[in-house]
Amino acid sequence: MAFVKEALKQLFRRPATLKYPYEKLTLPRDFRGRPIWDMEKCIGCGLCFDVCPSGAIKMIGKGLEAEIKHYVDRCMFCGQCAETCPKNAITMSEEYELAGFDRSKMLYEYKRDT
Amino acid sequence: MSYGSIIKVPFGPQHPALKEPGNFLFEVDGEIVVDVKPRIGYNHRGVEKAFELRTYIQNIYLAERICGICSDAHTTCYTQAIEELLGVEAPPRARYIRVIIAELERIHSHALWVGIAAHEIGFDTLFMYVWRDRETVLDMFEMISGNRIHYAMNTIGGVRRDIHADMVSKIKKGLDLLEKRLKYYLNVVQTEQTILKRAVGVGILKPKDAVDLCAVGPTLRASGIKNDVRVDDPYAAYDEIAFNVITHDGCDVLSRILVRCEEMLESIKIIRYGLDSMPEGIIRVQVPMKVPQGEVVSRVEAPRGELIHYAKSNGTTKPERYKVRSPTLGNIPALCKMLLGGYVADIPIVLAGIDPCFACMDRMAFVDVKKNKEWVWTMQQLRRKYAKK
Repeated sequence: MAFVKEALKQLFRRPATLKYPYEKLTLPRDFRGRPIWDMEKCIGCGLCFDVCPSGAIKMIGKGLEAEIKHYVDRCMFCGQCAETCPKNAITMSEEYELAGFDRSKMLYEYKRDT
Repeated sequence: MSYGSIIKVPFGPQHPALKEPGNFLFEVDGEIVVDVKPRIGYNHRGVEKAFELRTYIQNIYLAERICGICSDAHTTCYTQAIEELLGVEAPPRARYIRVIIAELERIHSHALWVGIAAHEIGFDTLFMYVWRDRETVLDMFEMISGNRIHYAMNTIGGVRRDIHADMVSKIKKGLDLLEKRLKYYLNVVQTEQTILKRAVGVGILKPKDAVDLCAVGPTLRASGIKNDVRVDDPYAAYDEIAFNVITHDGCDVLSRILVRCEEMLESIKIIRYGLDSMPEGIIRVQVPMKVPQGEVVSRVEAPRGELIHYAKSNGTTKPERYKVRSPTLGNIPALCKMLLGGYVADIPIVLAGIDPCFACMDRMAFVDVKKNKEWVWTMQQLRRKYAKK
């Protein structure tokens, strides 16, 4: 009988879920979303490329001329790149709605302004 | 009643219990199961080989992805092993944070399991309610670590993120809510006829069989045997925390549900104690990239039971050999014993009773390099080969 009471109570409660695309939960402060590179700070040391466990980061060129390619479809949002970066050039953003049908669109390129 | 003819019924590989692949061949006489032949290996992903190809830092995230539900248990076990090889120890605060995360994970894993068990016996209302309340834990994880399932909290030499004072009050609030709900579910499990009729006396595993067949974790504790790595071989900060090891001697599915429900309440106590007595200080120490030569075995009490990791290093930045023994593999022989003599209709709940995680388990494959051949052995073949010797 313990369950009947509970089930009746639920009739008068708000739903536990949200109507997702229209309502969204607020994200916690340290959420790990898509990493974003700040190329002003980046010195092209290549540590993020070396440490990435899933091979989602490619570095083209060397040092201050290096460009970063981030394959977000391979990324698993562990945040190790942001932790390793000696210049804090990588931040984990709050972007999480990254699903899609086309993998070629899941590439983010970071180039330097010349 | 015997029908005189034995029929073979294949069960799976499309998720026989939880939503993971595993195959069981049942021989049934009428409605009674007379023989079980498990066949595992559908989820073999070559994780151990992948360990040898990645650096120690990258392997933390690989270890985490062996299993989604016990992701923290695997990384704790991994980092513990590597820390021992390096000869470093995690700072006291980090050890407490590890305990807190591990216990939160236990609540989330057991709550998930209680939901699954309710679903398997056709009690979907309870399944929905438990999973709704499980969200509280997942929200806490998101707040602490930035992600709901793969927390990525552990690192070699400590933890990556601290638990701040404002988080502590939020966690405590969540725990109060959880405690209230879990006590209610414990009451439901003990009194609700829908559960009792399907769970009492089903899937019996006698204490002697449980020990002989090397059952681990809640499955073993539900047979009345006090065995817990947290007490027997304390790791992290468990040696400084007092808690009870929950056992029940019903030996059936109901005991397994009760053990898990009460363990969740015990976990809440551990977390509260951990939050209050967490020492101040640093949360991680810097470690070198290269790990000196050596071998190590590390043990952790994962939500499903005893988890064993073995690592062999050769002085480079990558391990030479890595081996994982997950709790589900330890429970498979016991599971076969439980199923024997039961009804076909009880198979799903008995199967789910050990909380199987095939993603954790499937790592058994043979490779003959000379002949360029690969194959997987069934449990039966293994038994045939080694039981006689």
